[in-house]
Amino acid sequence: MEISGVRKNSKLIIDGALYNVEEAEFAKPGKGRAVYRLRLKNLRDGKVIDRTYRSGESVDEASMSTEEEQYLYREGSQYIFMNSSTYEQHPLSEEMLGIKKNFLKEGMEVVMLMHGDEAIEVQLPITINLKVTETEISTKTATVTPQNKASVVETGYRVDTPSFIKVGDVIKVDTRTGNYVERVTTGK
Amino acid sequence: MNDFEDEPKRLARLAPNLKRRVLIYRIIRDFFQEQDFLEVETPVRAPAIAPEQFIVPFQSEDRYLAASPELHMKRLLSAGYDRIFQFSRCFRKGERGRWHNPEFVMLEWYRKGADYLKIIDDTEKLAARIAEKLGMGKSIKYQGQKIDISPPWPRTTVQDAYVKAAGWDPIKESKPEKFDTDFVEKVLPGLAKDRPTVLLDYPAAQASLAKLKADNPLVAERAEVFIGGLELANAYSELADAGEQTKRFKEAIEQIERERGQQMPLPEKFLKSVENLPECGGIALGVDRLVMLFCDADKIDDVMAFTEDSA
Repeated sequence: MEISGVRKNSKLIIDGALYNVEEAEFAKPGKGRAVYRLRLKNLRDGKVIDRTYRSGESVDEASMSTEEEQYLYREGSQYIFMNSSTYEQHPLSEEMLGIKKNFLKEGMEVVMLMHGDEAIEVQLPITINLKVTETEISTKTATVTPQNKASVVETGYRVDTPSFIKVGDVIKVDTRTGNYVERVTTGK
Repeated sequence: MNDFEDEPKRLARLAPNLKRRVLIYRIIRDFFQEQDFLEVETPVRAPAIAPEQFIVPFQSEDRYLAASPELHMKRLLSAGYDRIFQFSRCFRKGERGRWHNPEFVMLEWYRKGADYLKIIDDTEKLAARIAEKLGMGKSIKYQGQKIDISPPWPRTTVQDAYVKAAGWDPIKESKPEKFDTDFVEKVLPGLAKDRPTVLLDYPAAQASLAKLKADNPLVAERAEVFIGGLELANAYSELADAGEQTKRFKEAIEQIERERGQQMPLPEKFLKSVENLPECGGIALGVDRLVMLFCDADKIDDVMAFTEDSA
C-alpha cells in the first residue's frame, strides 16, 4: 500500500516482522514532499522502532483476517482463546492484550484479528456490561456533588465509579478507555 | 483529550479556542484595514490553479478547489489593487496530521512595491499585535516553551541552516528528496526554541512563484517563518516575469503528469495578467497554525470544530 494510506493501528510487514503502527506523523516541509514518520511496535517481541518514509513510497500491509473465538481461561501471563468452529486454541499474551485483559469473562465470545494462523488482537465491543463484586461503602447518603470511589468488577478490574454504585449492580464500561459509562441494572 | 471523547464533550472543550480564533480574525482584520488593505474574496472553485509538484488538488466537476488564493489575488494586483488581504479556504488532498487538515484557512496578503523582507516585517508586526491584544505581552508560551516574539525575528539563510544542521549545502548540490527529509529530521528540530526563525533564500529549484535574486540566480527571494516548531508562513518577492512563470508552470505540469499521472491545465488568465503585475511581495500564512500557537494547542484538531475525521 502507499505510505499515505497508513494510519494508526495499521499492521505492516517490515523486514519480515509484523508491526503495529502506534503513531503516524505527517510532516510536509514548505512546498516539499510529504514525510511520514512512523512509530512501530513489533507485535511479537514488543520492541518499538521509528521509520521515516517519503510520499510515494510503498509499505507492505500485513494480510489480516478475523474469526469468531471464545475466551477460555488464563494461564500465567497467557490468555487462551478458542476458534468457535474449529476448536483450535490460540494464546495471547498479557502484553499483547493491553487494557483489554480487564474485560474478558470466561466463555465470552470475541472477534480475533488473525495474521495467518497467529492470533494478534482481540476486538471487543465498545462497551461491555460487568457486575460489581466489591466497592467502598459510601458514607454520605445523598451527595450534592457526585463523588467517585473505587469499585471492582467480576473480572477483577478496578474502576472509578460514582458513589451510588453497590455490590451486585451491573455497570457499563468503555473497553477503549476502561472508564465507567453508566449503571445498567441495580443489584439487590 | 483521548481518541474516544464524545462530540458534545469535545466541542465544549474547544469553546475557549474557537472564541479566541474569532478574536484573532478580528485583530488581523483591524491590522490590515488600518493600513488601507482591502479585504478581498476569490473563487473556491476555479478552472485552473497553480500547478505544484507536491500539492494535490481536489476536483469539483470540471474545476479545481483552491489550494491557495494566490493566482486570483495577483490578478487583482495586476489590475491595480495595491494592498489586498484575504482569509481563504484552501484544500489539499492527503494532507492530514497534527499540523494539517485537507481543508484549512489561509491568510494571504500582497503589497505593491514590497519585497519578501518587507512582507516578513508585516508578519512580525502582525504576530506582535496579536500577542499584545490578547494580553500576552511580548512572549507566548507554547507547549511549555516561552517564545519571545518581539520583532525583529532572527533570520538565517537556508544555506547556513542546512550546512549547520545537516552538513551539506543545498544551494551548491541539488538533492530534492534529501532536502525534504533532512528538513523534517535535522533542520526543523535544530531551530531556536525560544524565538521565531525566518529561513531565507531557498534554492532556485524551489522558487515556485518567487523571483530569483538579481545578484545570485541560484537562490529565490522566498522566506519561511517558523515558530515553536510550526511552519507558519511562506513569503515571496513575487515573480513578475510572464515568460519565466510560464516556463516554471510548464515544467511543473510535466512533472505532475509523470509522477501522478494527472493532467493539469496551464492557468492562462493568470499568466496573461502577470504581464501587468507590479513589483510586489506576498505571503501565505496558515491561520489554523497561528491559532494553535496562540491557544497553546498541540494539534490542529484543537482549533477547528470539525476536522476531516470529525466532520
